[in-house]
Amino acid sequence: MPFIPHTDADIAGMLDAIGVDNIDALFDEIPKELRATALDGVPAGLSEMEVTQLLQARARADGEPTCFIGAGAYDHHIPAAVWQIATRGEFYSAYTPYQAEASQGTLQVLYEFQSMMTALTGLDVSNASLYDGASALAEAVLMAVRSNRKVKQPRVLMPRTVHPFYRRTVASIVQHQGVELIEVDFDARSGQTSVEHCEAVADEPFAALVVPQPNVFGVLEDVDALTDWAQARDALVIGVVNPVALALLSPPGDWGQVGADIACGEGQPLGMPLASGGPYLGFLCCKQAFIRQLPGRIAGKTEDLEGKVGYTLTLQAREQHIRRSKATSNICTNQGLLVTAATIHMAILGAEGLERVAAACHANTARLAQQLCAVPGVEPIFSAPAFHERALRLPAPTETVLAALAEQDILGGFDLGREYPELGSALLVCATERRTDPEITAYREALASAVALANAA
Amino acid sequence: MLIHEHSRPGRRASAQAPLETADYGDLPQALRRKRRAALPEVSELQAVRHYTRLSQQNFSIDTHVYPLGSCTMKYNPRACNSLASLPGFLARHPAAPESHSQGIMACLHELQDMLKSVTGMHAVSLAPAAGAQGELAGVMMIRAYHDARGDHGRREMLVPDAAHGTNPASAIMAGFTVREVPTGSNGDVDIAALRAAVGPQTAGIMLTNPSTVGVFDRNIQAIAKSVHEAGGLLYYDGANLNAILGKVRPGDMGFDVIHMNLHKTFSTPHGGGGPGAGPVGVSKRLEPYLPIPVVIKGDDKRYHWLDEDDRPESIGRLTAFGGNMGILLRAYIYARMLGAEGMRRVSEFATLNANYLQARLREAGFQLAYPERRASHEFIVTLKKEAKELGVNTMDVAKRLLDYGYHAPTTYFPLLVPECLLIEPTETEPKEALDGFVEAMIRIRAEAESDPETVKQAPHSLPLRRLDDVRAARQLDVAWKPAADNA
Ligand SMILES: Cc1ncc(COP(=O)(O)O)c(C=O)c1O
Repeated sequence: MPFIPHTDADIAGMLDAIGVDNIDALFDEIPKELRATALDGVPAGLSEMEVTQLLQARARADGEPTCFIGAGAYDHHIPAAVWQIATRGEFYSAYTPYQAEASQGTLQVLYEFQSMMTALTGLDVSNASLYDGASALAEAVLMAVRSNRKVKQPRVLMPRTVHPFYRRTVASIVQHQGVELIEVDFDARSGQTSVEHCEAVADEPFAALVVPQPNVFGVLEDVDALTDWAQARDALVIGVVNPVALALLSPPGDWGQVGADIACGEGQPLGMPLASGGPYLGFLCCKQAFIRQLPGRIAGKTEDLEGKVGYTLTLQAREQHIRRSKATSNICTNQGLLVTAATIHMAILGAEGLERVAAACHANTARLAQQLCAVPGVEPIFSAPAFHERALRLPAPTETVLAALAEQDILGGFDLGREYPELGSALLVCATERRTDPEITAYREALASAVALANAA
Repeated sequence: MLIHEHSRPGRRASAQAPLETADYGDLPQALRRKRRAALPEVSELQAVRHYTRLSQQNFSIDTHVYPLGSCTMKYNPRACNSLASLPGFLARHPAAPESHSQGIMACLHELQDMLKSVTGMHAVSLAPAAGAQGELAGVMMIRAYHDARGDHGRREMLVPDAAHGTNPASAIMAGFTVREVPTGSNGDVDIAALRAAVGPQTAGIMLTNPSTVGVFDRNIQAIAKSVHEAGGLLYYDGANLNAILGKVRPGDMGFDVIHMNLHKTFSTPHGGGGPGAGPVGVSKRLEPYLPIPVVIKGDDKRYHWLDEDDRPESIGRLTAFGGNMGILLRAYIYARMLGAEGMRRVSEFATLNANYLQARLREAGFQLAYPERRASHEFIVTLKKEAKELGVNTMDVAKRLLDYGYHAPTTYFPLLVPECLLIEPTETEPKEALDGFVEAMIRIRAEAESDPETVKQAPHSLPLRRLDDVRAARQLDVAWKPAADNA
């Protein structure tokens, strides 16, 4: 019996103590007519060896392509120590630190994570994670609407330069909470959200403006101007940021005259493998004034009976297990293990290491874009400075080109045309620090033949 | 000591980042960071030692019995982690084309099928990232269903008072109002109160069965009938699926939509708070509303994703990339190792362990909240009497259990039972571990009689004594700041 330790003698003794003849009798409160027996869709069990063989074959089936896709998930190097420690049973198999005295490891990690995220974002406080970057943005939007004391209209300006999957996630999560999401267009030349574009849709008061940095095209927004503009209209500013980019870029807390109010984003670049999209972690930071509206767990410092420093979950009156229908969010289980990995990752790399990673990605992507633009007809779409991703226009249908590249085990990028039809045949490419010069050259050559092939067809 | 306190300016784990800093001079000065973030500067050894030591300050399943009710803290097989971490799985980008995804998609598709089979539901989406997100998806589907029929008056969600806090919170997020339904003194939903509560405003009911008080609601068919007749739908909170795996299926009980917590029933790790996975299952009439993505097997025998274009009525996307895939893989691996027979054993032995522990504690004189009932995979002891007579409350006993090497059961939940301990031993604990727990409970009660201060001041043997939660909230300190910032 997999993972069940009972011997026949144990079973007999236990049934005897309960006072029943067999295990089936323990289910006698379930109406008979409901009791099912067959599990037709579940095959017979496998040994660990058999399941290993099956999974190895499945993992191999997906090949080992070279990845030039970014678009919200990035192929960074992860120090070996990160997951060796994060998967220690004491972290891996613990749960939410409800019993603080028996969970100081997890609680201190949460406190350190919060400290590191506030340092990166330049804001005062951080929670201990949400599900992912997109759901964190949804929570940020809801939080901003609740927090804005001056503007009561639940209206939020959402630039189209925010990742389309994030916008869709926000739209689904907030759809029944009366929040109006107003799209802001971008400048077709620069790829930026300009103040003018915001003005164009801001006839009526709005509670918050979302500012992505970098935006989905990799393009850097003029965060200072946008922040000042929105705050002058009594709106809160929500930054959506990449934590690795923050090693080089101005943190949300420094944007404009007084800083963005809330920052959120995807923690995946901090030590999480791509892993098909998750588990990752959503982070959410804010100014001190909004902490009571911050959803999710928060670890706080305190003392024990003898005055020794320790950590515990705090401000729990925001949460569903205390406040139920009046909670800031329904979140309970979060992404704790990923927080542990991110914390170890940041500790090992430090600010300078992260800076090196960010700089290497940036330089690699610049090299990649330059090489790819050597292919006739391939050109950059936007003129504004960009970080570690580039939008390129292709002289052939993106889908055809990507399929041809995939046949050569090159994942060429993210097809922007589907989400932004006005851009035509458009591809978003990314080369993290892991991409080598030979890989970049191979991509250029493969792209040249893929384009030629597509155009010949 | 914090990792920040090990930091010294200029110290680095230099092998772990690119060896040189590449040029980024093209980034406009105005958009750049003015000073480095105050992250710790430590060597790799310091980091490894620090986090290894921190790990040792945790109780966990791998180190301690962890009978945390409602959380199903069973053994997390190591194979699930190592196989989900095969390089091919870890390296796959979420936007990789289907040509490079057939392996993982096969696993996900088979997982969907197995979950359909064990729950009796018509279709499954693996998208929700945890139970609470599954709940949100579920009640949003209920709303979409009513709205699609033009039935816009159904804005009230019924939630039993014993329900987990996420239930009412999720209902509110989906734009419902919440009406509480009381639990009867026998632990079942008060059926008369339920009948009085249903009406044309009823969107549905969110029910946990076996419930959070550790019993199987014997009136489930009557509840289903009453809610359905009023035009509402039934939502099943699958947090307690471990108790009934292979024995009875939510679909057969009459539920229209359910979530499962794979981090409970399917033994994926709890990770110090998460991640989880909260797939949802639905009956046929709700299938169009399932959150995306969903994996299908085409006539071409290949696997395909269904997204917004294929499912225009979907409630939509809940995370950017379709959920906690690595957790879904772990659940898949676990399910394949168990097989149908193994799954049935899970519920049988989880139930056997709970009922044995319940019988032993009763025999030792502890008061059960529902003494007339069978335990499901968990049960409630109330320490009302001890609190009144000995002045030692549930929290004190919970803390003292830590001294004896047991993680405490869930305390003060559900809220309707005073001084409660919700105890869930799970099927992976051997009999000796349960006997040891009973022994510890008996000794703690003896201490409470002879020397109550020992219990009230517990724990004594952990690195820290009892922590001051009030101070944490009053003198809020939630992030370390460098000295210069504090000045
Ligand atoms: C009964 C019940 N319902 C719902 C949940 C919420 O699930 P999750 O924590 O995965 O969001 C829990 C878990 O903690 C639970 O015990």
